[in-house]
Amino acid sequence: MAFSSLGAFFAMGGHGPYVWAAWGVTALLMAACVIHARIERRQLARVLTRRARRGGTSQPHQASHADDP
Amino acid sequence: MWTFIHKWGSPKWFYAMSARVQPWCWAAALILIALGTVWGLAFAPADYQQGDSFRIIYVHVPAAFLAQSVFVSMAAASLVFMVWKIKVADMAATVMAPFGAVMTFVALFSGAVWGVPTWGTWWMWDARLTSMLILLFLFLGVIALRGAFTSRDGGSKAASVLAMVGVINIPIIKYSVDWWFTLHQSSTFSVTSRPAMPTEMWLPLLIMVLGFYCFFIALTLMRTRSEILRREINKRWVMDLAKEAR
Repeated sequence: MAFSSLGAFFAMGGHGPYVWAAWGVTALLMAACVIHARIERRQLARVLTRRARRGGTSQPHQASHADDP
Repeated sequence: MWTFIHKWGSPKWFYAMSARVQPWCWAAALILIALGTVWGLAFAPADYQQGDSFRIIYVHVPAAFLAQSVFVSMAAASLVFMVWKIKVADMAATVMAPFGAVMTFVALFSGAVWGVPTWGTWWMWDARLTSMLILLFLFLGVIALRGAFTSRDGGSKAASVLAMVGVINIPIIKYSVDWWFTLHQSSTFSVTSRPAMPTEMWLPLLIMVLGFYCFFIALTLMRTRSEILRREINKRWVMDLAKEAR
């Protein structure tokens, strides 16, 4: 452990604002990437189920490895 | 070999196989990034010159690596699409561009924030900084160009050409610190030589870099799968998939 206390950890030897701003923005944007990808996926799944309910014209045939929505 | 490439080039095959690989990529990314974060933030020793501000390196360097790797991957996918007309490659290139822009922004932002306590300035028209800014504009240009066409095919071709031409910026970024040494330091991290850092400092950095790469692969797989569904929504196999899931 490079720090003696939790306070020292947050202070980052006086460089707290810089360290936490850089790490914070990185974490925020990477989380946003994941959330965006999940929303995108869910919306497409919804469109697909709506279409399937309306009924496609295709005959049922082997759809391989269809393991998720 | 050729059958292997052709199989992965088929959207249906890619959709099915990537579903198996994807969870492992996410798991690896999560573990590596969590480990690198705890190690880098709390356990790595403070730098004797920069103190604790050097801990920004653990997000700055992986993001900068990724920014360039994403661009090269995107250009490679564009080449595959242009030469062999493999649509999955174009779909992958499509979803890589925004992530590349995010990584470039993260590298620039964390670098600027780091520059204040270290260099006394957040920005200078240094060769490394400027070429990274150009990379950001290239990513945004690729995204905008793709969207500017009414036909998908036209947009794909134009974006592919820009990505392939823009790749010339990558060696410029890499060697900028040696050719025009002004503000940014030379690389402290290389594949070929021993790093100029103690082990307990560079090991978490290596873990972070690997974690970011896994994150990139996982996110690209996930979003390429969505892109496949979006483009192939009228195809029979997608319809069957939807029916089966009901």
